Amino acid sequence: MAKAHPSGANSAPSQLPLADTRAPAEADGVDTSPKVSEEVKHSTCYMCACRCGIDVHLVGGEVRYIQGNRDHPVNRGVLCAKGSAGIMQHLSPARLKKPLLRVGERGAGEFREIEWDEALQIAAERLGRIRASDPKKLAFFTGRDQSQSLTGWWAQQFGTPNFAAHGGFCSVNMAAGGLYTVGGSFWEFGEPDWDNARYFMLFGVAEDHDSNPIKIGLSKLKKRGAKVVAVNPCRTGYNAIADEWIGIRPGTDGLFVLALVHELIRAGRVDLHYLVRYTNAHALVVKAPGTAEDGLFARDEEGRILAWDKASGAPVDALTPEIDPALAGSFQVNGRTCVPVFQLIAERYSAPEFAPEAVAERCGVPAETIRRIAAELAHIAFEEAIELPIAWTDWAGRRHETMTGRPVAMHAMRGISAHSNGFHTCRAIHLLQVLLGTVEVPGGFRFKPPYPKPCPPNLKPAGKDGGKPMTPLSGAPLGFVFGPEDLLLDEAGGPVRIDKAYSWQAPLAAHGLMHMVIANAWRGDPYRTDTLFMYMANMAWNSSMNTAGTIAMLTDKDEDGGYKIPFIIYSDAYYSETVAYADLVLPDTTYLERHDCISLLDRPISHADGPADAIRHPVVEPDRDVRPFQTVLLDLGARLGLPGMVDEDGAPKYRDYADYIVNHERTPGIGPLAGWRGRNGAEFGRGAPNPDQLRRYIDNGGFWQHELEPQARYYKMANRAYLNFAAHMGFLPEAEPIVFQLYSEPLQRFRLAAAGHGDILPPKEERARLKAAFDPLPIWYSPFEGAAVGEKDFPLSALTQRPMHMYHSWGSQNAWLRQITSQNRLFVHRRTAADLGLADDDWVWIESHHGRVKGQIRLVDGVNPETVWTWNAIGKRRGAWMLKDGAPESEKGFLLNHAISEFLPGDKTHSNSDPVTGQAAWFDLRVRLRKCDPAELPRTEPRYPPLPAPAGLEPPPGKLSFGAQFRRWRRKAS
Amino acid sequence: MTGLPETTEKSLGLVIDLDTCVGCQACVTSCKEWNTGGHMAPLTDYNPYEDGADGVWFNRVHTFEEEPASGCGEGRTVHFPRSCLHCAEPACVTVCPTGASYKRASDGIVLVDEDKCIGCKLCSWACPYGAREMDMDVGVMKKCTLCIDRIYNDNLPERDRVPACVAACPVGARHYGDLGDPQSAVSQLVAERGGVDLMPELGYRPVNKYLPPRERDKAAPPIAAPALEPVAPEGGFLGWLDRVLSR
Amino acid sequence: MHPAFSVIFFTTATGAGYGLLALTGVFFALGTVPQGRLFGFLALGLALVLITGGLLSSALHLGRPERAPRAFTQWRTSWLSREAVASVATYVPAAVFGIGWVVFASRHGIVASAGLLSALGALITLLTTGMIYASLKPIPEWSSPYTLPGYILFALMTGAVILNALLLLTGAEANPVRFLAPLLILAGWAFKTASWRHNDALKMPADAASATGLSGSVRSVEWPHTQANYLMKEMGYRVARKHAAKLRLFVHLAAFALPFALTLLAALSGGAFALVAACLAALIQAPGILTERWLFFAEARHTVMLYYGR
Repeated sequence: MAKAHPSGANSAPSQLPLADTRAPAEADGVDTSPKVSEEVKHSTCYMCACRCGIDVHLVGGEVRYIQGNRDHPVNRGVLCAKGSAGIMQHLSPARLKKPLLRVGERGAGEFREIEWDEALQIAAERLGRIRASDPKKLAFFTGRDQSQSLTGWWAQQFGTPNFAAHGGFCSVNMAAGGLYTVGGSFWEFGEPDWDNARYFMLFGVAEDHDSNPIKIGLSKLKKRGAKVVAVNPCRTGYNAIADEWIGIRPGTDGLFVLALVHELIRAGRVDLHYLVRYTNAHALVVKAPGTAEDGLFARDEEGRILAWDKASGAPVDALTPEIDPALAGSFQVNGRTCVPVFQLIAERYSAPEFAPEAVAERCGVPAETIRRIAAELAHIAFEEAIELPIAWTDWAGRRHETMTGRPVAMHAMRGISAHSNGFHTCRAIHLLQVLLGTVEVPGGFRFKPPYPKPCPPNLKPAGKDGGKPMTPLSGAPLGFVFGPEDLLLDEAGGPVRIDKAYSWQAPLAAHGLMHMVIANAWRGDPYRTDTLFMYMANMAWNSSMNTAGTIAMLTDKDEDGGYKIPFIIYSDAYYSETVAYADLVLPDTTYLERHDCISLLDRPISHADGPADAIRHPVVEPDRDVRPFQTVLLDLGARLGLPGMVDEDGAPKYRDYADYIVNHERTPGIGPLAGWRGRNGAEFGRGAPNPDQLRRYIDNGGFWQHELEPQARYYKMANRAYLNFAAHMGFLPEAEPIVFQLYSEPLQRFRLAAAGHGDILPPKEERARLKAAFDPLPIWYSPFEGAAVGEKDFPLSALTQRPMHMYHSWGSQNAWLRQITSQNRLFVHRRTAADLGLADDDWVWIESHHGRVKGQIRLVDGVNPETVWTWNAIGKRRGAWMLKDGAPESEKGFLLNHAISEFLPGDKTHSNSDPVTGQAAWFDLRVRLRKCDPAELPRTEPRYPPLPAPAGLEPPPGKLSFGAQFRRWRRKAS
Repeated sequence: MTGLPETTEKSLGLVIDLDTCVGCQACVTSCKEWNTGGHMAPLTDYNPYEDGADGVWFNRVHTFEEEPASGCGEGRTVHFPRSCLHCAEPACVTVCPTGASYKRASDGIVLVDEDKCIGCKLCSWACPYGAREMDMDVGVMKKCTLCIDRIYNDNLPERDRVPACVAACPVGARHYGDLGDPQSAVSQLVAERGGVDLMPELGYRPVNKYLPPRERDKAAPPIAAPALEPVAPEGGFLGWLDRVLSR
Repeated sequence: MHPAFSVIFFTTATGAGYGLLALTGVFFALGTVPQGRLFGFLALGLALVLITGGLLSSALHLGRPERAPRAFTQWRTSWLSREAVASVATYVPAAVFGIGWVVFASRHGIVASAGLLSALGALITLLTTGMIYASLKPIPEWSSPYTLPGYILFALMTGAVILNALLLLTGAEANPVRFLAPLLILAGWAFKTASWRHNDALKMPADAASATGLSGSVRSVEWPHTQANYLMKEMGYRVARKHAAKLRLFVHLAAFALPFALTLLAALSGGAFALVAACLAALIQAPGILTERWLFFAEARHTVMLYYGR
């Protein structure tokens, strides 16, 4: 296997060792060649979801040092602040030590330590009863885990449709927006062509995400002098080093992007050749207002989508090569008037409502800036197009001598995603990319195998029947709907799932709505659950909207004295805020103590140049009575007799997760890991399980990577070499081209249902909302909360983001990372503060329509003046994470979630989510600031009683001298 | 001896690119992680899980906002890593009463010999840059060693013999080499990018250099993008689309 | 700068002690102080107590006091090392001086020479101590030209006030030294006033822009760590302006105005009144000079705080 960067990311001549690294003669007695470690093990980081390769140096079974793996495709030797602080995560005093059974009231933190057998027996008995009666009474939701292909499969075998991970409040808008449009999206799905891009637009990126690849990429762009344009209300991190910072108003990115589209279309600066080859721009759309066919594609008898061939003057299969398709005009097909998609696009976006002048004020971006950016995009895409001298063959068998590149790349994340208009904004960004012809071309945005997938992937959510006793679901609980017929609805048209995913309220909820599970289960809407089983999801604190309400729901009781959410099983490695609310706690290992697979079936770590996957393996042994969650899950599955987890004789099929990783086959020949398959490890992608597979991974540095041959690296959606490869690997069902769906017919199907067409119809009260939101072309509308509460009363948008040195709720237990940030400030623009009579360091009440929280402000210039923001989840519950009372995290740090509602303002039916996907819209938050009375204590509110340390955990030390032991070891060794 | 060498054979140091530093703190924790088990081990942390958390760190990243002197044009946010600059005239060395502080004649690295340090703190007073960190627990002063236990370390693979912060930096904003040799890659980088000394007016002659953020108008590629004109104003937009487009 | 009590006590106590020693040594040689053993015992004993107590206090300030002897090695470059050498070296003539005077009641030339040498040693030690502070370029209030002469002047002043009290205690009333104390207080007062005026107008030797290599105005937005670190605790001490003004007023009164008035009264009057006034002057001046020294630290700014925007 060729290695693209043999010496790692930081290998400029000015970053290399001295030419002669022999120690100079210097009589100071310094030992310049001390022993570093006894052993180095290669594994995968889990300090965030980046999944970088790490080399772990060990001394006497202790971790001495963790460095980036230079050969690894993700991080190429670099390592972020979190990764280098991994030792302190591994040694956190908040590590749980033994299974816990609640003995006091829920939330009181009173537990009794129990043995694993008892814990698993309690869980198995309870879950067994549920499975035998009504499996959907188990709601199984996981947080930031990286084993969703296992957990989803487990839920499927159990028979509950109530499964999801945290994507519903993270980035489902990005995933769904991308998968329904181009068959891929950002992050795991694709990446900018860092090596060829000359113009890079970065939209709303949360900086703890995909951090090392983006940073390595930005460094490449900077070195080459490419222009970086950052669109973000906050001028932090990546935005700080951009050549141009566009401090946009939150939630208006879609409008800004559509104004760029307006400019490009007005000037005719779109790549028409690209559009007719790789998109549905030429597909014919039926224009029959008021009928059930309106807005659907014109099809022939075989169901093939039609285009108008100008050469033959007839409708033909739109996929036919060598036709001369019309992009404009009106055509009669089978007696119906049809127009090409592109005509609809041109009409829609050339309208004056998308003119730069029309959107400038709303976006907070001057019209001339929008026009200039559009001109720059067009200039780079078309005047500075590049040709790579690589011949390739397209899906139709035509050979192309070069690969044309349009070196404009884009990347977007949370800032786009976490709004109620995020799905369409994401589609708008993909539309912009596609119009410029920059998707999957040199210099543009590239897919990472196994993407692209058909748009959307042909994988529909299972569980329509709500789950039957003792019966697995027919498929995975999460998937993609093509129309109302794929929704998960009960006979009355109500939601099947506890989180109402795939109901009329969130039809394209590809990641579920974890943020609504507790609220819905507590209200019994749509029904009550029995057991809530959660993993690594800090729902009693920073992962919930309406945190105070959520805590109350978790402890609320019925008239009969039982909890409204009867049983909660929680697995976590650490004493998070949520542990105190569990009835049964299953302690997990740290990332250095476990097996894991970073699988192509899940969220892979591929590079655009080829697929890759990786493993974790125990580099140190746990010193506590803890077990890896995935092993526990398989054990539970075996105790429950779940199909696939037991042999014919009912014995557990897998010894542990490692055994599963090697021997599980999802379909014959395809398992969790793609590398070194087959009996002797000679195959990859497909092949029989290889008992020696993990050893081969370990020997290769913990990962497997396949580099595509050069001719397969671009134009993957239509590249014969790639499509054949993808079909072989099982990425695609067959080697068929993938057509970008600028016009999304599935969306139109929902719209037709909202207009009363078809057999499956939404309730009347949902129709207006569906009709508005399910436009088959990207649209923009005001984020819901601002529109509902009035921007006069709540004049500021309030955002949060994690600092780059923290990940979700974990960082504050880390002795090193928490020194960097142990209090979050509310960042306020200096002008805005002056208008409000606020000074630096003032304490303010941050008030929303829902609630209020008290925090301290810091004045800055680098923020949109109508936006305030803070570092997320620095504020901690007193006592959680084993921080001693009085820690700044709970005295001064504040949690903005207290001000965020899980429902739309004045609406207890609709969640505070995107109406298309159900993505939690926590960036829609609107607030006003009120200066605190000087008599008020300078500390945050709301304030909770401290959580007591659970049984078995010792008070944290008052001093750390970590590392002194290695000095002693060296002295002894020398 | 706290007398300074008249010249040093090499002047090893760091070059930090403020144009690409995103303030991610990777250099901060990689430094902490290496050095807490390294030459000056440990880098003690006090009150690590409570109020008043503090510790010994050799590298810290600040965040500033810079407004252009002219008062017009856009300001910017700058992330600024700060560590020992291994000065050519380090007063932290000359003030040391015990000889614990010294500057190596071979490579110019400024070090503390812990066994000689009495913990008088004077060197930290003498350093204008705040490069000195008192380990209250051990009672001695500690500081950046430029990873002297890495850069010549036979027990590390050749390629790893760079300071930990340089190896870790995800944006490649940190460079390392001999700044005394005008032909070295780092010296040329400094020349090319107009690298600067910090507080040159104090006369400490720091070896480490900082590359200032590039001027905005120079940083962006000169995109001579003409304003977009309406396409085919006469034939109309849809007329423009009526071209032959082979699929 | 952090006003650590150990260092404040060290500089004030050794200052007074060396001042007392220097003046005693000179006046002994000149014969203007009582040559009796009692006076020698009191003057040199007190000087010794102040000097030794101060030096021990400074050793307490060290992280590793047991290694203090190492501080004698770097006298070629380090003012602190020179101070260590000078302070210990001064014990030699001071011992000869003291033993000769107090034990042997000798008025031999050797004793007088030892007294003069002690005075020289004391002055050299004061100079080295002053230079520790005066040579620190990152701290403009200390590297100011006022630091060194001020330090020596205050040492002599406090030494003179004590000497004056001792003279009266031992009944040596009509001593010409009696006018030295108010004179030195007046000089010290004027010097301190001028030095404060000078320091209040001092600019930092660098600004945030040159500290960061940036241009224009540079404002700190976030510190590297949320909570205070060693640098901020040691170099970032700040005293509120209002508070400082009150303390300066106290220094004016306690270190200068009252001791001046009292020593002048003592010089002009006699008997018990003079004795009480002179002793009171010394007792009042002690907190005054400690406060002066506290402000010397607390009001000193260090360039590293440019990075912290403070």
